[in-house]
Amino acid sequence: MTVDLGYGMTLVALVLAIYGGAAAAVGARAGRPALVESAQHAALGVFVLITACFALLTYAFLTFDFSVRYVATNTNLGTPFYYRITGVWGALEGSIILWSWMLGLYTLILILRHRDSARELYPWALATMLGILAFFLLVMTIAAPPFQRQVPVAADGRGLNPLLEDTGMITHPVALYLGFTGFTVPFAFAMAALITGRVGDTWLALTRRWTIVAWYFLSLGLLIGGWWSYHVLGWGGYWAWDPVENAAFMPWLTATAFLHSVMIQERRRMLKLWNIVLVILTFGLTLFGTFLTRSGVIASVHAFTQGSIGALFLGFLALVMLTALGLVAWRWEALRSQGELDSVVSRESAFLLNNVLLIAAAFTVFFGTVFPLLSEAVRGVKVSVGAPFFNQVNVPLFLSLIFLMGVGPLIAWRRASLENLKKNFLWPVVLGVAAAAAAFVLGVRSALAALTLATTVFVGATIGVDFVRATRARLRVGEALVPAVGGLLRRHNRRYGGFVVHLGILLIALGVTGSHAWSVQTEATLRRGETAELAGYRIRFDDLTAVEESNHFKVVGAFTVSNGRVLDVLRPAKKFYPQEQSPIAYVDYRLGLKEDVYLVLGDFARDGTQATIKLQVNRLVSWIWIGGVVLTLGALLAILPERRTPA
Amino acid sequence: MRRLWRWLIPLAALPVLALLAYGFRVDPRDIPSPLIGRPAPAFGLATFEGTPLSLATHRGKVVVLNFWASWCQPACYEEAPVLERNWREYRDRGVVVVGVDIQDRREPAEKFVREFGLTFPNAQDVTGAVSVDYGVYGVPETFFLDRQGRIRVKHVGAVTDAVFRANVDRLLAEPGSP
Amino acid sequence: MSRLGLRLLTSLFFLGAAMSPVTAQPAAPASEETVHEVAAQLRCVVCQNLSVADSPSEMASQMRAIIRDRLAAGERPAEVRQYFVDRYGEWILLSPPRRGFNLLVWLVPLAAVVVGLVTVAVLVRRWTRHRRYHRPTRVDMDPAMSERIRREVNSE
Repeated sequence: MTVDLGYGMTLVALVLAIYGGAAAAVGARAGRPALVESAQHAALGVFVLITACFALLTYAFLTFDFSVRYVATNTNLGTPFYYRITGVWGALEGSIILWSWMLGLYTLILILRHRDSARELYPWALATMLGILAFFLLVMTIAAPPFQRQVPVAADGRGLNPLLEDTGMITHPVALYLGFTGFTVPFAFAMAALITGRVGDTWLALTRRWTIVAWYFLSLGLLIGGWWSYHVLGWGGYWAWDPVENAAFMPWLTATAFLHSVMIQERRRMLKLWNIVLVILTFGLTLFGTFLTRSGVIASVHAFTQGSIGALFLGFLALVMLTALGLVAWRWEALRSQGELDSVVSRESAFLLNNVLLIAAAFTVFFGTVFPLLSEAVRGVKVSVGAPFFNQVNVPLFLSLIFLMGVGPLIAWRRASLENLKKNFLWPVVLGVAAAAAAFVLGVRSALAALTLATTVFVGATIGVDFVRATRARLRVGEALVPAVGGLLRRHNRRYGGFVVHLGILLIALGVTGSHAWSVQTEATLRRGETAELAGYRIRFDDLTAVEESNHFKVVGAFTVSNGRVLDVLRPAKKFYPQEQSPIAYVDYRLGLKEDVYLVLGDFARDGTQATIKLQVNRLVSWIWIGGVVLTLGALLAILPERRTPA
Repeated sequence: MRRLWRWLIPLAALPVLALLAYGFRVDPRDIPSPLIGRPAPAFGLATFEGTPLSLATHRGKVVVLNFWASWCQPACYEEAPVLERNWREYRDRGVVVVGVDIQDRREPAEKFVREFGLTFPNAQDVTGAVSVDYGVYGVPETFFLDRQGRIRVKHVGAVTDAVFRANVDRLLAEPGSP
Repeated sequence: MSRLGLRLLTSLFFLGAAMSPVTAQPAAPASEETVHEVAAQLRCVVCQNLSVADSPSEMASQMRAIIRDRLAAGERPAEVRQYFVDRYGEWILLSPPRRGFNLLVWLVPLAAVVVGLVTVAVLVRRWTRHRRYHRPTRVDMDPAMSERIRREVNSE
């Protein structure tokens, strides 16, 4: 019954979406607002139906309805309550429902916000959204139906992938998908602009906030993914340059480029063509990401499955890219602008450089990700392109970008005078050089680490210089400190939101440098009572206990950590799930601002007298998470509506 | 003419899409082995019964070298009876089947051997040195060695009757010379 | 040689002797750092995209042990890497060997950066062209006037 109801609702939603998309398009073309309104109702209907499907599936999960195949493969009688909820989007079919639901939500918000503004663009944007929604519903109907009958009805399910039994499971996919799907709206407006020929500033103004919101969620998703990788997967790292990680990173890079180049178009009415291409590219890359995850074309730790779904996604990607880029070529004349810059040394130039570097980074990541495929196609030889390559090529790019982060905001629009340069950059440069020297004195021998430190201090100082100067100006007029700062942030929230985001990036850069340059690790096999030593820490193996949980069997080790005095007892574990072939390592760690102690349990003797551990002391990793929080706060600040009246 | 340059933008997407489409034809997990045609690396292990096991003793015979693990479901469980059946059939024809258990614990491995009543020699590769020597990246993997001790075929995945017979018959038909 | 020189030389000799092992010892066990370095360049064959150094899997642990043994036996890191490549193919290196076709993976992104920078340079030149040809003529100003203007602007 559940299966039939669910499948039926999906089918109706698909039909409604197709109808709505067509109605909006025809209504826009023929100038018939009644059709557009009908499309709006259709969109509402689609959203209600998808929500109902979602609710139905969740209900099936909660009630252990093993007559539904998806439930049977992703849960079992021992799965805890909360993982039965989050497990709904734990595998392919559920992820498509989640994606569709978010698309539906964004469509509704688009309707509510824009149906009375942007009269020309709105119907076409609506048509695009519904068209894309229709595709995902098509996938749900044909290729990955969540409501499939399980015959015979299983007595017990298989169970959720144990790696997904984690709080990160609740937030990471949700944030990531909100980001991915969020980029559909700017794309929809871009398509509307291209179709109607109104490629001026209207579509840009409409999409700016949408893009920041999507960018915010994508950043959040990436950071949570890194955190999840760090504390669940047991390898002590947070970013592996895995193809699917790359697929999420590329749209982030192009979106960041867009957020900057948009400012040039706002002020100088230039780069229209480039901005539209960036939006199309960003959306295309989100589709590319879903394609990679689900097609099995490139081996990845995230890959869900293979099958016809890959071909569907590739077909859709081709359709979208060729149509959108074809429209760009068609509207070429309208998009070209006679650019005019006042000076080579100006903020515009800094932003252009920023774009080049970001797009170059995105291209590098893309090329490295598909290169194994290319190598096989051309040479017939399989090669791997992994972390060493990506780190090597991207580090100079990112370092240059960080440097630009310091230069860009303080250099004047239009034309920077020598005086302007001196006034703004003297102190930051001095501090940067001093930081490098200090690093050298303190024993830092890696040139790269020293350079990163110097650049980070330089950029931090530029932010400080601007902030101090602006606050001082307000203080001079008689404001007290706190309202001055608050007012500054509120009145110029875009600028200072950006600064806070940059600050977040600096902290992340610090964390990444520390973790790469100064982390150490070792392996040891210990008998009970023996200790391993690393970086001043002593780890003593105390005990090994076996615990039976609701859906798995756990062996937990107890290790005392001390560095002169006893600090903590770490309990890394190995979890044995009946449905998994090999045990899942469960790390334990002790986090700190300066360093983390990270312990993984390897092999152990049956009687608990011996255990092999992998011990890591990771430096400065916590600053990545702190920087992430700062970054998201900055994005939130930037999203706030502009306050025109003085604070 | 200048008007046509703009169409390069959408056209640029085509090679990328073509490359991705090509991806459907290849399996990223199927890695060809560079050891084909080369002499099989020697090893010295002890069977579960304690007798020594090495390739040298089987020179002159066709060797079916199978890597397995007790946790490898369902593939190893599917091929174990196939291997045992074919072993019994071919053992008097100058063929030997050798099993190497990797990344496993002794007890479940012995249980596996008992469960399927495997009578061909099986040894445990405790350190993993043998599996790395053969470029093994998963289980099950089976190597077919000719009478001169060269690796001729690497089969990834469960061995079926058809695969076993096709390879062994072909290698048996070759003139054997010590 | 002077007596001082001789004394200096002999003391240096003994100093040197004291610092080096008196008897010839077998090669010291490879430092964990070197093992880590080599392992970081190899791909863990049972995981996806993790290096042998990072992977928590048993296979990776075994591979690290093999690396450790081979380094301790005196092999150079490059030889250890080659040992794995001989058995698994180029695929096992996390960064493709820099030969022939593989060079593209470094060169193409580099070319992209260069093309991008050149494009921006060309565009910026084109967009500032008018400034170079239509420089506004300086208006000669009476110094008192310009001083007044300067003071007003700075007092803001």
